[in-house]
Amino acid sequence: MSTHADLGMNRTGVATSPRLTAEMIEGQKEFTPDLLGDERKIAASRSSSTREWTEPLGSVPPPPTLKGMVKSGLTALKGESPTLLIDKLGARLAFERTGVRLYEAMLAKLDAKGSFAGGPTRADIEGIVRDEYNHFQMLQEALEHLGADPTVMTPSADIEATITAGALAVMVEPRTDLAQCLESALTAELIDNDCWESIALLAKQAGQNDMAARFERALAQEQAHLLNVRRWIRVSQGLEEA
Amino acid sequence: MSIDLLKDRGTPLDQQRFTWKELVQAPYSKLDDDSFTRQRVILMNGIESDQLRFSHACSRMNRPLQVELARLRRAEQHQMTMVNWLNPADQTPLETTIGYEQIAIELTAAVALKEPDPYLAQVYRLGLLEDFDHMYRYSALMDRVEGKDPNNLLQSYTDILPGRPTPLHQRHPDDDIRAHYDRNTAELRTKLHAYTLVASEFQTHDYYMNVGPLYPDPVGRQLYAEIASVEEQHVTQYECIIDAGESWLEKLLLMQATEVYNYYSCVQSESNARIKAIWERFLDYELGHVRYVADMFERYERRDAAEVLNAKIPEPIDFVPHREFVRDVLRKEQNLTAVGEQFIDRAAEPADSASNLYRAQLNSEGTAADRVSAGYVWAPGSELSKRAPHTDPELTPHVHA
Repeated sequence: MSTHADLGMNRTGVATSPRLTAEMIEGQKEFTPDLLGDERKIAASRSSSTREWTEPLGSVPPPPTLKGMVKSGLTALKGESPTLLIDKLGARLAFERTGVRLYEAMLAKLDAKGSFAGGPTRADIEGIVRDEYNHFQMLQEALEHLGADPTVMTPSADIEATITAGALAVMVEPRTDLAQCLESALTAELIDNDCWESIALLAKQAGQNDMAARFERALAQEQAHLLNVRRWIRVSQGLEEA
Repeated sequence: MSIDLLKDRGTPLDQQRFTWKELVQAPYSKLDDDSFTRQRVILMNGIESDQLRFSHACSRMNRPLQVELARLRRAEQHQMTMVNWLNPADQTPLETTIGYEQIAIELTAAVALKEPDPYLAQVYRLGLLEDFDHMYRYSALMDRVEGKDPNNLLQSYTDILPGRPTPLHQRHPDDDIRAHYDRNTAELRTKLHAYTLVASEFQTHDYYMNVGPLYPDPVGRQLYAEIASVEEQHVTQYECIIDAGESWLEKLLLMQATEVYNYYSCVQSESNARIKAIWERFLDYELGHVRYVADMFERYERRDAAEVLNAKIPEPIDFVPHREFVRDVLRKEQNLTAVGEQFIDRAAEPADSASNLYRAQLNSEGTAADRVSAGYVWAPGSELSKRAPHTDPELTPHVHA
């Protein structure tokens, strides 16, 4: 399969229509902006709404049962705030769950369009799907262990979903190719790597050493995903040998 | 709190003023607000939207009314803006869609239970099972394409179960026509129910027609297309139950009363204090609109508005879960379909009926509703939470060679 876009009739640039563009610019001499100023007015307006809209996106709910909380040790969590850890674990869980679907979509892409020399094989992607799923399940167990509800969409989960909605959109779009999808995967893996590192540290800070050790093993897997994705992208661009 | 549609004069139209800052205020929280707050916002946007739609059609057909209608529409436009802009930007179109189907289910169930006319109650139950099935298909889409749990939006109020399968909702246009209530004998609440449902379904249709093409996954794009087509059928069926013999202004008066009825219902049940204040304000505005249109009605038609608004405002819509009622309808009426204005068991529908032939052709290359949800069983935290346990407890890394 091709790993780059072909020459075609792209009409988005001004060079396609120089005469029309010149007319547009000519018109600006006669019709000038109605107001003085620049984009700082938008920034001021954003700041104003940020001050006035005091309600947050959402919150982290209390553990479902006090009994569960005591039994599992949420009350014994050390560190700044137990809600920070729960919020971030909830975010990782949601991200890994979406990660399963993200790479399932990449499998469909690969099945439809094939790979390229030195690109990912079906088994490679299946391995990542399996890892994402295992991480999701491990996080479910981790949250349950802390007495938290793993089905909650935490504020950080919501934010990460908003950030990465584009990555998923590129992956499921029928017209994208595998190389373009790998760039989408790269975005996801970069975020994921940093966030796994954070939750391993947060778990350690909270005195959850076993949990932190498992998170570090998951981080090692995510690092492997990132290395692979980066390499496949370089190969697809001819920057590295297949 | 009791409302008298004609005696409570509300806020006069010329005192209904807004600023842009008021119109675009902080949205509700997708995560923390009760799901019925989202549902009420979606519903009231739909109610306002139908008002604008109808008023424009009325204006096109009635030159003498154009100035007064334009004045009224301006208030409705800005009310709709304030309501619709309460939806938060972190709520994706598909998440909002789950909200649309949830209010469709809970509202239709509430109305079906309160509707005194048994034929119309049956019309509502037919639509109910179809919106119920749409919820299942969209939920499968969200779970299987995005890896998200639709119940984050539903908050366990509403079931995620197959209803009457969506491919069977597709009917020949002739089979979407329903008998109508009689404007002279129907109770006021019957009329308000019908106007509420047609507005709600029309907005749902328009929403799907707008956001469907924004969905990147091809199965999702087709699912929106399939369900939008069913919503168009629902609009047809619900607009048919309204007596076409009502005059333009009689309809406009009933629509204003419908708005009062809906805002009144929202005020009764809203848990978000800031949003409740909006419902209260708009209830007063709509009472002002009833007065305004009643004056028009009396002036142009030389009839007493009390002939039309001839009863107390009905008991408010119950914005509560209707799980047992919906399941009961599902058990008894899953196989129901419509032939012309009548309802029959699908088993009695001839193989060469207009709707069977229509479906056979339209669905002949498969449906997204089937593809997206084959074997789908929702579980808390998504269907993935019930997949077989992982087989890699050590989570050892394997770098590609």
